[in-house]
Amino acid sequence: MSHNPPVTDWVNDFDHTDQQWTDNPFPIWDELRTTCPVVHTDRFLGVYLPTTYEAVKQIAYDTEHFSSRRVVVRNARPEITMPSPPITSDPPHHKPAKQLLLPPFTPDAMKKLEPRVREICNELIDDFIADGACDAAAQYSKHIPVRAIAHMLGIPEADGHLFVRWIHEILELGVHDDAILMKAAHEMNDYFSAHIAERRSHPREDLIMDLIRAKGPDGQPLSDMHVLGSLRLLLIAGIDTTWSGIGSSIWHLAKTPADRKRLVAEPELMPFAIEEFLRAYSPVTMAREVMKETVISGCPVKPGNMVLLSFPAANRDPTMFSDADKVIIDRKENRHAAFGLGIHRCVGSNLARMEMTVALEEWLKRIPEFSLDPAGEVTWSEGTVRGPRQLPLRLG
Amino acid sequence: MQGKVRLHVDPSKCQGHSRCKSLAPELFDLDEYGNAREAGDGTVPDDLVDKAYLAKSNCPELAIDITED
Ligand code: SF4
Repeated sequence: MSHNPPVTDWVNDFDHTDQQWTDNPFPIWDELRTTCPVVHTDRFLGVYLPTTYEAVKQIAYDTEHFSSRRVVVRNARPEITMPSPPITSDPPHHKPAKQLLLPPFTPDAMKKLEPRVREICNELIDDFIADGACDAAAQYSKHIPVRAIAHMLGIPEADGHLFVRWIHEILELGVHDDAILMKAAHEMNDYFSAHIAERRSHPREDLIMDLIRAKGPDGQPLSDMHVLGSLRLLLIAGIDTTWSGIGSSIWHLAKTPADRKRLVAEPELMPFAIEEFLRAYSPVTMAREVMKETVISGCPVKPGNMVLLSFPAANRDPTMFSDADKVIIDRKENRHAAFGLGIHRCVGSNLARMEMTVALEEWLKRIPEFSLDPAGEVTWSEGTVRGPRQLPLRLG
Repeated sequence: MQGKVRLHVDPSKCQGHSRCKSLAPELFDLDEYGNAREAGDGTVPDDLVDKAYLAKSNCPELAIDITED
């Protein structure tokens, strides 16, 4: 779906929206990693790509030379008009904005949400289990995070189709077309503005209400801009990331019967398997903007360029992980960086882990036997978030 | 016979990934933001030493230190 010319030279002219990357990025990262820890492309107005754990880590911890004010690599870099704190915040603004969002996402808070997520998973399975076949991306994994975050925010789960469309427009189509991006962002703002206004007149208990009531570091309520930005972030960041994580895990189990059988027989391995799926199929690549010239792993990087902070590539670095290219569902040491490193650690990581765990547990309880449908085709999302968008399976 | 094993979370490094808490719930406490601290004074009972090392080797921020004396 990329609108750019196909890549012929990955080392000097990579493109993370190229079809080859979308279909199978792993060999590309392996090739780049052995060539140079940080490669560069002139595409997208200039972008660096670190593929080693060390280089990714160095950049993630360096908030002096790298800014988070832009976190997605796009064809254009217009003025920043709609920040999404805290993901787009740099120190010193980052910490207070993040602390507002952390309490509702602690492991304890997630335990309270877990029963609803189990119900959601079973409602979804009810809809297709009798068919003996399903698209596990479109009919299952996609809906779990959509409904869970809607439940937390206190907005109708039935509005999920809107969220999915906005995210597709913002993270996929919007990479190449700023007009589509802005239109989706404005629609989201209007949607959430209506919900904020509604709660101002009829208060109730949900995450939107918490944000309306929250006070900033100056003791004053947050501006509507801040509340809207954080709500946009929760919706955008919470959905296709986890949808992708669940989808990739099911895809792996569908094509690896030994792992599937082992996980059914030894459910206590689930926590380790989840971490391994997160490592091996990390969904999220964030970006940074280079603000000051510096050197990363011996490679000079210059302002005016973006950096694709490839946590997925870092997680496959063989100097960091033994058998990095293998999926080992009981891997015991797993310092993976799927949720980022440093101050921008994903606010929703506990939610994502809980959703992935529940989604796989409920699925395996009711559908212990399944495989890829040889007549169907698996397709993958493009760009910033990687996960199956079409995952046809045969059940039983 | 091993000596006394202690663990310590460096609060300036911890980013609240919660890997430690999920692998060794007995050995860590989380604050309201989900950041971890060692439970109590950080002394690790003999039967939890393996779990302590498992937590350490899964902390993405290298925030956990274990000492033995
Ligand atoms: S695993 Fe490390 S970063 Fe995460 S909560 Fe524990 S000490 Fe903090």
